[in-house]
Amino acid sequence: MSAEAARRAFAPNWPARLGLLALALYALYAAAQLDVTFARLMIGFGEAGRFLGRMVPPNFARWELLAEGMLESLQIAFIASAVGIALSFPVALLAARNLMPWWISGPARGFIGLCRSLHYVIVAILFVKAIGFGALAGVCALVVASIGFIAKLFAEAIEEISPRQVEAVRATGAGFVAVLLYGVLPQVASRFVGFCIYQVDSNLRNSTMVGIVGAGGIGGTLFAAFKRFDYDFVAAILIVIIALIFAAELVATRVRAALQ
Amino acid sequence: MSDGVAVRRDPAAPLLREWTRFTPRQRLARFAIWLGIVAALVWSVRTIEIIPEFLADAPEQMADLLIRMWPPDLRYYPDAVHAALVETIHIATLGTILCFAFAVPIALLASRIITPVPALNAFAQLLLVSSRSVNTLVWALVFVAIFGPGAAAGVMAVAFRSIGFVGKLLAEALDETANGPIEALRASGAPWGAVMLKGYWPQVQPAFWGIALFRWDINVRESAVLGLVGAGGIGVVLDDALNFFQWDRAATVLLAIFAVVILAEIVVTRIRARLI
Repeated sequence: MSAEAARRAFAPNWPARLGLLALALYALYAAAQLDVTFARLMIGFGEAGRFLGRMVPPNFARWELLAEGMLESLQIAFIASAVGIALSFPVALLAARNLMPWWISGPARGFIGLCRSLHYVIVAILFVKAIGFGALAGVCALVVASIGFIAKLFAEAIEEISPRQVEAVRATGAGFVAVLLYGVLPQVASRFVGFCIYQVDSNLRNSTMVGIVGAGGIGGTLFAAFKRFDYDFVAAILIVIIALIFAAELVATRVRAALQ
Repeated sequence: MSDGVAVRRDPAAPLLREWTRFTPRQRLARFAIWLGIVAALVWSVRTIEIIPEFLADAPEQMADLLIRMWPPDLRYYPDAVHAALVETIHIATLGTILCFAFAVPIALLASRIITPVPALNAFAQLLLVSSRSVNTLVWALVFVAIFGPGAAAGVMAVAFRSIGFVGKLLAEALDETANGPIEALRASGAPWGAVMLKGYWPQVQPAFWGIALFRWDINVRESAVLGLVGAGGIGVVLDDALNFFQWDRAATVLLAIFAVVILAEIVVTRIRARLI
């Protein structure tokens, strides 16, 4: 660095500027590729006004259909969370590299990666084709998603524990189960509960969506209403979904505080 | 005060008290939560509509599905999958870039340090929460209704969904900045723009790039399903293959999505290690 550049308090950062320029050029190129033009956006915003106009007032006339779908979504979320938590606990133990030899943790980590990499709606499609339409497919899809999330984070949490307590318990001659119960789990239990609460919350959100591919819940009703241009009913469904998500967030905060 | 009386009566009383981890109130709250969880679960299991026949032959159907998928029709990749895959990545990236155009101003409004007006903070928070509580697929449905089917709807859906996430994290990063450099700049008479650019920006820059990369990674995953509701990308190809029961082609698409998701994660980890 020359003496002059060192004297300047705010020297220009040319690589960063070039990077930003490249990003801007890419954005233009990609917009052209995707046929996203200014004129089209303007037409779209005009349409948005009409679209919103047809959404008000929300139409709650078919509230029975709405309630039925929401209850099914809740059921999917609860069952998927319970099964997902129950399954991700052993999977995470198997995947923790400080507890298991590599030939167990490797495949377990691969399994978790597989669960994580596909979007839950795609997993739901596969289950719908495999086991038919209905709530069961949604439950299975969200179980897979839950394992992908909880088991990954829980395995990482186990890998971060302090080895001292484990060693102390082991030094007393404790077997594997005792080491797990008294050396490992007390260190990670609260984090596990945290991951579980988070996943229950996202299962609730996602259970309202799996219906789009026929896996049960309110999503199917929502998609059908969209297809039939019943935008006032769509607005009603969206209001209920958002209210549910808000309520779930409030409950999750209280539960987290109580379980600390 | 009753404690003081008790101590005078029997000096050993505090030692004899039994130690409990939770107060009765906390215990009651915990019990109520467990009861609630069990009740919700029992209700769900007893009332959910599951057709037993479907459950019984699920393993058989699963095996059938996998047999139909194998081997994947890899010749289909250059024909249709590749272009759709590139489109998916364009949607995710352009959506992420576009989301920052909305999210940065809203984050500035939401940050209590930069905008010391509680009403504006609350308004910005409302915008962020409403963006986050609508799923990407719902945003996609909305934008398909507005823009018509195609990638434009996908880009907007990705962008609108990301605003809440990015804006929230960015506002938190802004709220955590140290005040020293800001005050120094203000004392030197720097205008608002200079304070932003030379005071706040260097402090939030690592968080900014971290958030951007994290969200891009999520968006690559999410934009793979946008096509199911007609918002462009590889989901359209997947939907076509599924509707025609071309399972070997569907398998190719799934493999492509899988590869891209893993690749995106590797790219993000690499860039993050270099930038931050």
